[in-house]
Amino acid sequence: MILTEPRVRRDEFTARTGWRFEPEGACRGDLCVPLPEPPGQTLDAEVLAERLGMPLVRDEAAGLWCLGPESLGRVIQTAEAPDLRLPDWRGEPFALSSLRGSKVLLLAWASW
Amino acid sequence: MWQALREELHPAGLEVVTIALDLRGVETAGRWIEAAEPGHPSLIDRAHVVDELFGIVNVPSGVWIDEAGTIVRPAEPAFPGRPAFRDAPLPADLDPYLAEVLTEARRIRIEPERYVAALRDWVAHGAASQYALAPDEVLRRSGARGGDRSRAAAHFELAQHLWREGREAEALPHFRAARRLQPDNWTYKRQAWVLASRFQAPTDALEGDWLSDVRAIGAENYYPRLEM
Repeated sequence: MILTEPRVRRDEFTARTGWRFEPEGACRGDLCVPLPEPPGQTLDAEVLAERLGMPLVRDEAAGLWCLGPESLGRVIQTAEAPDLRLPDWRGEPFALSSLRGSKVLLLAWASW
Repeated sequence: MWQALREELHPAGLEVVTIALDLRGVETAGRWIEAAEPGHPSLIDRAHVVDELFGIVNVPSGVWIDEAGTIVRPAEPAFPGRPAFRDAPLPADLDPYLAEVLTEARRIRIEPERYVAALRDWVAHGAASQYALAPDEVLRRSGARGGDRSRAAAHFELAQHLWREGREAEALPHFRAARRLQPDNWTYKRQAWVLASRFQAPTDALEGDWLSDVRAIGAENYYPRLEM
């Protein structure tokens, strides 16, 4: 998640990571991680990084930060497939969830 | 290459979704897709979102998802058949470096027969197929996400962002960091090399190159053996 300051928008963080914010702290599934202060519309990226085990990489010269994926557990944390949304090659939006009811072979390739 | 298998298995309930991982998007992937005339969804992932979501570290990789949206096999090498270049004679006027690359690529172990047989079995038998894995096994096989792997993802995302903004020199240190932190992530490495160098050949801009990195691990280890 690319940031221009060490703060992250709450809705963007939830959309990207699945962590939502409750009075108890940052929650996902049955797990809640306490946060030092109630979350506002933006959150301190350094606090999230430390509490949730995410790397916060800073490029001082570029004026950017990147909050990476958490380093706990497995690469796939749940067998429920994420609702991948990407454009097709003609630019039309596509949602993986539109194929519920079919078996799907998801095939990653590259021209290189 | 997947079109024929898709036509065979689509009536039995399988859909193929191809995803081109390429920072340059349609500019480089488009002509391949157009030539294939796919009847299935053919997506473009310019930000390598799929890498992180599904743990993809090389291409081609396949992930199986059942009718309820549950992953029943995590990312693994997926070939529908033998690529033509493995058996065709090399043109006499081929660039000498590219000839060396293709010769090494022919030594890479691929297992299209086992993969396609397993896919057909799953399409026919669904959850009863021995190749459809339980959720715990899917998670186990996806591997552990340690600190270095997470940091590599952050550096790779920064590199892509800076490259897309035309800040190529600033992107390079982050591509290099991603390779150092997760050296077995060929998707990161190959994306960086192809941006910086023709044929993913050695360049002062980046560390490593496709041919040297493959030879360092041995072509037979380029893809993990299928765990069927």
